[in-house]
Amino acid sequence: MSLYTLNAPLDREAVMLLRAGDFVRLSGVIYTLRDAGHARLLAMLSCGEKPPIPLEGLCIYYAGPCPSAPGEVIGPCGPTSSSRMDRFTPALIEAGMTAMIGKGKRSEQVYAAMRGRCVYFAAPGGAGILMASHVRNCETVAFEDLGTEALRRLLVEDMPLIVAADAYGNNLYTYG
Amino acid sequence: MRIIKRIELIEALRKTILTACAAPPEDVIIALEEAVYKEQGVGAEVLRQLAENHRLGQKTGRPCCQDTGMVLVFADIGRDVHMDFDFYEAVNTAIRTAYIEGNLRKSVRDPITGENTGDNTPGIVHIRLTAGDRIVLHILPKGFGAENQSRTAMLVPADGLAGVEAFVLETLRMGVASACPPVLVGIGIGGDLESCAMLAKRQFLRPLRMPSHNPVLADMEKRLLAEINTLGIGPGGLGGVTTALAVHAAAAPTHIGALPVAVNLQCHAARHMEVII
Repeated sequence: MSLYTLNAPLDREAVMLLRAGDFVRLSGVIYTLRDAGHARLLAMLSCGEKPPIPLEGLCIYYAGPCPSAPGEVIGPCGPTSSSRMDRFTPALIEAGMTAMIGKGKRSEQVYAAMRGRCVYFAAPGGAGILMASHVRNCETVAFEDLGTEALRRLLVEDMPLIVAADAYGNNLYTYG
Repeated sequence: MRIIKRIELIEALRKTILTACAAPPEDVIIALEEAVYKEQGVGAEVLRQLAENHRLGQKTGRPCCQDTGMVLVFADIGRDVHMDFDFYEAVNTAIRTAYIEGNLRKSVRDPITGENTGDNTPGIVHIRLTAGDRIVLHILPKGFGAENQSRTAMLVPADGLAGVEAFVLETLRMGVASACPPVLVGIGIGGDLESCAMLAKRQFLRPLRMPSHNPVLADMEKRLLAEINTLGIGPGGLGGVTTALAVHAAAAPTHIGALPVAVNLQCHAARHMEVII
């Protein structure tokens, strides 16, 4: 178990450095997207439309924040269960995504697609205020009509994460 | 007979929702803080973060978890209460006001069109008639990470309590890592399809770890908690000995040909609060 300080977007070298069980402090640019946003992004890709964000080196945070209160950069913003996005994930990895942040186990298809090119971080599920305190800037990029499910660009600093599954086929989830 | 005004009900409910969404009760936070000492490495770190996060919720009044759920309202209404308004409409008005004014997440959608209702209504209301002239409202804003991993089964009498326990453990093994462990486990035994699920859900209104009045069930709660915590799933599902904080079970009479069982999971952000009008 090591502790790394990394910057998103993550390149291949950073991805291959990490092993399941490592602690990471992540800074840089990540994007929030969940159920409805995934369906829409994948529909765009399958129609050959240009995606609203660069997919090369993409880091997606599976999250739907609360609306921000006065003085907040973003409302409470913990991870949601990643497995609901599993059916969309292999296509996004194929398109260049190198990191995902969420909670809970993934499908075998996702672990297989991750090999050699993508890492999956676990954030503490239910720690919405703590996670929001690491967000320095938040902008809605697309799908604004989806409300909490919109595509948002976050600038984060030292977000406390754990490598739940690495690009070598190891993961921390035994069951469920 | 006592007259309760619409505005009284809305105000009490609105305030309770706003307070309830911020943090779980003290007993849950203390249980998380104590569990830190049983864990090592990743598990201890996750529990520390969760406890710190929930304390921040208490301090700031902002929701500890962004999933402020669907609002469940358990209403015990005294039969000497008179209301000359639509109770369900008043409940939804309180939810709408609290979620918009309190900057809480609107998490309710039409299952067919996918469209968000925009104000977190409707709430889910369960009414019981009681004696007296008061209304007791117990609010449970329930996040769906844990709700999604809940299960119901129609076992048969020959399966017995051993069958119930096996079903509980199977449910935990299948899905608890995505349910934001450490979880609370609510178990309903008996009744019929929906009443056993209701019984399971009502167990989250009990103070944490208060044993069942039924000694057989109290024993089962203790045994299951110990077994669940040997599964190794741990805080956040990342490994450890704290997979559940509590198991609460209850039973109701059922048909001679049936043994319904429901397992409802509740994440550690186990928010609920009671208000009496």
